Amino acid sequence: MSQSYNRGLIEDFSRWREFEAGMWAWIFHKFTGWVLIGYLFTHIAVLSTGIPAAGASEAAIMAGEDVYTQTIVSLESLLLVRLLEVGLLAVAVFHMLNGTRLLLVDLGVGLESQNKSFYASLILTGAITVASVPTFIAGAF
Amino acid sequence: MSTQIPKQTEESSETDAETDVASRGDERRTEKRRRAAEEQARRQAEEAEKAAADDDTIELKVFRYDPEVEGKQDPRFDTFHVPFTKGMTVLDALMYSRDNYDSSLTFRHSCRQAVCGSDAMFVNGGQKLACKTQIVELEEPIRVEPLPHAEVRKDLVVDMEHFYDQMEAVEPYFQTNEYPDGELEEQRQTRENREKVKMSTRCIWCGACMSSCNIAAGDNEYLGPAAINKAYRFAMDEREGEDIKQKRLEIIEQEHGVWRCQTQFSCTEVCPKDIPLTEHIQELKREAVKNNLKFW
Repeated sequence: MSQSYNRGLIEDFSRWREFEAGMWAWIFHKFTGWVLIGYLFTHIAVLSTGIPAAGASEAAIMAGEDVYTQTIVSLESLLLVRLLEVGLLAVAVFHMLNGTRLLLVDLGVGLESQNKSFYASLILTGAITVASVPTFIAGAF
Repeated sequence: MSTQIPKQTEESSETDAETDVASRGDERRTEKRRRAAEEQARRQAEEAEKAAADDDTIELKVFRYDPEVEGKQDPRFDTFHVPFTKGMTVLDALMYSRDNYDSSLTFRHSCRQAVCGSDAMFVNGGQKLACKTQIVELEEPIRVEPLPHAEVRKDLVVDMEHFYDQMEAVEPYFQTNEYPDGELEEQRQTRENREKVKMSTRCIWCGACMSSCNIAAGDNEYLGPAAINKAYRFAMDEREGEDIKQKRLEIIEQEHGVWRCQTQFSCTEVCPKDIPLTEHIQELKREAVKNNLKFW
């Protein structure tokens, strides 16, 4: 149906301005889901570089000179990485809260207030993210 | 116009001598008609100009497209200035534009009271029923477009064939093989059961929900909210009996049935009859699971 005829300006003209809460929730949920999948693979790749640390001597590990500790410390010294971690937390928290909301929707609980629960999960995500900033940014400068 | 045609052919077939006279008469008539058309066009242009200058008019931007007329094949927006009257709906404004400014403006409408479901349109970026959308509730200029995710036939008219196909795919009519005793006995429904299906019976087949649904836009086989709601209306009707309910569940739990729904709530937001479509779809999902999941 949609592929049959390209209406050019009409089909995609500023429609996002008219999106309702449920639509935004769906878009954010997709987006955060993909970000989390992307993070998962980056996470595996980064941790894999530390595998040789398993063969390092006890003394080197205690002194923090093994490749694993070195990698993590050097990454954490970058401000960009600290900021990305805050972003990651925001993404994960939203995905969890909205996931709970979707669970309730699937169970047929409170479908009339689905938009309110979306706004609630947005606000809660914001609050938790802001609260986490001191922990993540401490010592980055 | 059409009543004149047989008369003209009669005249010309009578005698050759008269044909000459008749053709001169025809010439005069065409000339007269042309002048009348010009006069009308001039009057309309004047009126439109006056309306544009007037304070108490509303600005309407209407999507125009006609694949059959050269020069109208590129979609464009026409602006109409319509004098506002109290209680005016988008449909009223469109009808005024058609009657006074451009008689080629094409759109569907019939009952004008949100019963027939002919005039679902894309008004200011949302699927609305033009006849029950008040002008005062909209921001100006009002953009009126045909329903998105459907093929445009002309101006505001879209092809509804696919939507009707999906509606018919769920067999939207009462079926049963459990009849009451006694030949003339009625098939009675309990009040509770009627309450349960009440909202779902209100569908007027306008297609607004289907147009607003992202999933339906990307998946042509998806039944769509309206068809699933129709399936709900009968699947939840206790008078149909277990056998028919099984059959209905088999239809809706197919790959492109209820499981395509991703609970965006777009359909529920746009439904002009306030049918809780997402709720019904979700309930059918649970029914389908309960039907297939057995722990004993």
